[in-house]
Amino acid sequence: MTEVRAERESEATDREPNGLATEPEAPVLSTAERDLELRAARAAARGHKPTRVVAARVSFRRRIVELWRSRELFVFLVRKEIKVKYKNSVLGFLWSMLNPAMTLAVFYVLFTFFLPNGIPNFVIYMFAAMLVWNLFQTSVLSATSTIVVNAGIVKKVAFPREILSLASVGSAFVFFLFQSIVIIIFMLAFWHRPDWTAIWLLVPALAAILVFAAALAVFLSAVNVYLRDTQHLVEVLLMAWFWAAPGIYAFSGRVHNGLSKHSIFRIPHTHLIWLYFANPVTPVVMTFQRVFYNVVNTHSTVAPHAPLQVMAGYGNGWYLSSDLIVLGVSLLLLFGALTVFGRLEGNFAEEL
Amino acid sequence: MAADIAVDVVDVSKRFRLYNQKYYSLKERVLHAGRNPYKDLWALRDVSYEIPEGYTVGIVGRNGSGKSTLLKCISGILQPTGGKVVVRGQVAALLELGAGFQPELSGRENIYLNASLLGLSTKEVDRRFDDIVAFAELEQFIDNQVKYYSSGMYVRLGFAVAVNVDPDVLVIDEVLAVGDEDFSRKCLARIKEFQQDGRTIVFVTHSADLVRQICDRAMVLGDGKLIGEGTAAEAIHLYHDYLLKSGVPTEVEISEAEMEADKPVHRPIVITGMDLEHPGTGSRPYMFPGEPLTVHVDFEASEPVNGVVFTMEIRDREGGVIFASDTAMLDKPIDASAGSGRIDFSFEKVPLLDGSYTVGVGISSSGGIVYDRWEQNVSFDVMNPGRSRGVVAFDMRADIRAS
Repeated sequence: MTEVRAERESEATDREPNGLATEPEAPVLSTAERDLELRAARAAARGHKPTRVVAARVSFRRRIVELWRSRELFVFLVRKEIKVKYKNSVLGFLWSMLNPAMTLAVFYVLFTFFLPNGIPNFVIYMFAAMLVWNLFQTSVLSATSTIVVNAGIVKKVAFPREILSLASVGSAFVFFLFQSIVIIIFMLAFWHRPDWTAIWLLVPALAAILVFAAALAVFLSAVNVYLRDTQHLVEVLLMAWFWAAPGIYAFSGRVHNGLSKHSIFRIPHTHLIWLYFANPVTPVVMTFQRVFYNVVNTHSTVAPHAPLQVMAGYGNGWYLSSDLIVLGVSLLLLFGALTVFGRLEGNFAEEL
Repeated sequence: MAADIAVDVVDVSKRFRLYNQKYYSLKERVLHAGRNPYKDLWALRDVSYEIPEGYTVGIVGRNGSGKSTLLKCISGILQPTGGKVVVRGQVAALLELGAGFQPELSGRENIYLNASLLGLSTKEVDRRFDDIVAFAELEQFIDNQVKYYSSGMYVRLGFAVAVNVDPDVLVIDEVLAVGDEDFSRKCLARIKEFQQDGRTIVFVTHSADLVRQICDRAMVLGDGKLIGEGTAAEAIHLYHDYLLKSGVPTEVEISEAEMEADKPVHRPIVITGMDLEHPGTGSRPYMFPGEPLTVHVDFEASEPVNGVVFTMEIRDREGGVIFASDTAMLDKPIDASAGSGRIDFSFEKVPLLDGSYTVGVGISSSGGIVYDRWEQNVSFDVMNPGRSRGVVAFDMRADIRAS
């Protein structure tokens, strides 16, 4: 009781001369109230603070803003992914190059001695496609499971979770850069010259495949939280998808002729070609081959002097416009994927 | 000056679906489509609360009352099913210390990763790096992989990063209990520093002491609803009141059940009523520390009984005995005649601090045979308007003089 009295007295002395006393709602807390006002003033003095809304539906714009604010986190997550993968191996990053180098060597032996298809320097044609495909496949596969794998963070820390899916694409891109070193080494070894005048085509092509991969990554990572076998389904589909783009076969000789002469299931051939190019990976793969392999017409190495068309004879304009179409469609898909992600995100913490 | 609202909780509801069996694969979902029974559980129901900037607000409630869910909604980990939370400023949530640490990475790398997860920029981390390491007391181990850290080191690093994130709003979920006493004290000191900087703190705890020590206001949650709020003292009182009403099983209840079993068949004297009286009776539901209290006990004897002993106990909410005595100790043998009577136990002063206390009385023979016992339903609450904490209201005076 003595304590109460003491605080009441202090309140009496606290009254300001103009009679503006604090609300007498809880008179015993006047010193505490004064303390609070001081603290509120200090809080206000710290200046502008961004507001954040946590609700079932958060506007798309707000989510993009928050994604942008977390860009440093994106870098750290990509770095983490790469470090964790190679932390304990002596050769470190070399491993990520050794694997594709070995693949290249094996395919070189295979297509030169056992399965000669007559296309000169075929490994380079093939590897140009593999580069793109590995980037795409690694992004999508690792992103699909990323939310589930990172359940520990998702359940305990608040951050835009799409970052995790995007970081999968980011780290796949870093591996893509390592693998590019391998193809450069092989091109030097074979003294195979890329088309320097068309090298700028790589920019729209990469942009297109990255945005497309990001769209799938964001969508699948969210779905996989609810349907855990999405992961396996994606694996199987990706394997089939690989063959839908001209990676291990020449486009012009087989595909183009085949598609324009036959019709499958009564689908006319013009539609077949259209379907073939509806695969967003195809134009990107073909752009890479266009730049790195750069051989349209040549002579077969198997039957001397027999003319051979390896790639489609399209001009740069065709490649550019195809890639831009893929980019445009992918941007729409990414928008859709982010929307779906936003809807599904609300229950992540409880589903995991 | 009305302070700005730092955290505005608007009609927040959160529903969890509890399935008997949760299906995760596409195959199972298709197989069980449309006939997977579930129960809706509303962890939060239309909770609204405004936390002004600079306030420290405690959230108290029983396990499962929705405290942690609310905290997760405020920090943005869960999205509410309905309603929204608007937060002004950077939020750092200390729900689990060291969440998101990568065991393969070094302490240094984890500081950067974790800080950026919590929303701190690299430049800021560079600036605070030494502070963080010093606070965690990990100077020698900072370049070791985190997987070789002891759990104490892990937690220290987690806390050090979180409090250095420089949040405007700090959300804490009972993490202060971790670590050794020294570190707990350090954390508490850090939190007080935060308060003085005018940062907003939302704090979940079971400990009434901590609420009183740190919080300006507190809200009481029960079954997902906001039961009440007020100053720390009011809220603690509300909480105790709520606990008592909702009949949390305590030791007292168990002991009564036991008593029930060995009640003598022959009961010549029984308790018929009991009530309490203090200066505030009728005007307020609680008493203040140091007020007098009288316990009236009505009894009825079916035959004259000699050598009756009345026992009296005051227990805290957990069932621990705070005070117990009986009329035999008072050296006052009582011979009850047939008919009804009343005995008053008077306490000149009840020097107790916050809490709900139950009063139990019993009648037994001088030989120890229990005739009757009332133990559960009568209680009184004490609300302490001052800042002192603990159980007993000692009279204290502080004299300061220059020496």
